[in-house]
Order: sequence, then structure tokens, then C-alpha cells
Amino acid sequence: MVKRVVTGAHYGLRDWLAQRVTAVVMVVFVIFLAAMLLISPPHDDASWKTMFSSRWMRIASFLFLVSLFWHAWVGMRNILMDYVHATGIRLTLQILIILSLVIYTVWSVEILWAMEMQWR
Amino acid sequence: METDGPGAKLQRKRPKYLNLIEIRQPLPAVISVLHRLSGVLLFFPGIPLLLYSLDVMVNSPQGYAQFQSLLTNPVLKGALVLSLWFFLHHFCAGIRYLALDLHYGDMLEQARFSSKVVLAAGIVLTLLIALLIW
Repeated sequence: MVKRVVTGAHYGLRDWLAQRVTAVVMVVFVIFLAAMLLISPPHDDASWKTMFSSRWMRIASFLFLVSLFWHAWVGMRNILMDYVHATGIRLTLQILIILSLVIYTVWSVEILWAMEMQWR
Repeated sequence: METDGPGAKLQRKRPKYLNLIEIRQPLPAVISVLHRLSGVLLFFPGIPLLLYSLDVMVNSPQGYAQFQSLLTNPVLKGALVLSLWFFLHHFCAGIRYLALDLHYGDMLEQARFSSKVVLAAGIVLTLLIALLIW
């Protein structure tokens, strides 16, 4: 009888795909942002703020940042699985990474929609 | 195992331990290691620095001027250019991996060639942007 070593809960393919989909989203955004910066380089405070004042720019930036955080999670998780073999330490680091990425997501909303938020 | 012929010669020259510093890695391996290393650095301190910069640029009244004055410091400017290289290398190497996933250029010769292109593209793009912002 073949004894299989169970290595996961079938999240391998999902993470592999997520890593690539988020990569493509980021590549599209970066090329588009680079084109914008080349066509009309922002030269003062006002032009930077105008660039991020449109709703679609904020949504596109947020989509980029969320892709970045998700991409970072898959990458960091893979690296921890490769190099940190002590389960306790690995789990602690993974929790710290997830927590930081959740905080970054909230922070991103605050940054991008700060002008609309009265409480800030 | 055979005791003479090409096999024996190979056996005798085998390294007895894996010293990553002494082994001359092929370029695709170097690209891969740099992809990993740049990935970790982009996670930390990359992401918090990016968010902090975005916050200052977009929300601080004098954000842009603050950044310009920071960049008069050559050390900070150098750090920015180095970060830019980490990002651009990760970016270019990532596009190469996406292509490899789709089986574009996954033959040995092509893969070796594209790894040279990736290393060069990362450095050239970094230098171009460095020239633009200097």
C-alpha cells in the first residue's frame, strides 16, 4: 500500500494561480502608470494630488495594492516553507505577515480616500 | 560504477560539499536567487516605505516638496535607485517566469539568453530612470 505524505489542503494550485493573476494585474498597472508619468510628468504638489483625485485612479491603485499584498503573502509563505522548518516559528512569522498585510490594506484605504474621510 | 572513461573523471572532480559561494551558478539561477531576495526586500521594508511615500505625496500639503528636499541627500537618492533596481529586477524576472509558464522560451539556450536579457533590462531601466530623476 502506498502511503502518501499529505502536504497541504489543495491550496497549492490556487496560490500558484493567484501569484500569477496578481502579477499580471500589477504589470498592467505599472505599465499604465509609467505611461502616465512619461506623458505628463508631475512637477509639483498639485499635479500629484490631481493624479490621485480621480475615483478610477484611486480604485486602480487600490486594486494594485491589494494584488501586491496577496502576491506578497504567497511569496513570503513559500519562502518561509522553504527555509523555516520549526513549525512554531514559521506559524508565528506567517501570522505576523498576515497581520501586517491586513493593516497595510486598511492603511491603503485611509491613504487613497483620506480626502473624503472627515475623521482623518 | 565504472572505474575509467569519462564517468571516472567526472566522479573525481565532483565537489564534496555544497558551498553556495564556491559553486559558479548558471545565470538563470542567479536571476532566480535575485528574484527571491528582491521579493523579500520589496515585502520589507518595501511595502511600508511605498505606503508611507504614497501617503506623504498624496495627503501631505507639502509632500512633493518634502520628497524633493529628501532627494537632495545623495545617500537617500542612492537608496531609492537601489530599491528601484530591486523592483525592476523582480518585475522583469517575473515577466520571464510568466512567459516560461506559458512555455515561451523554455528551451535551455533560450532560457539562458532570456536570463541575460532580464538582468540587463533591470539594470538599464534602473539607470534610465535614475538619469530622469537626477
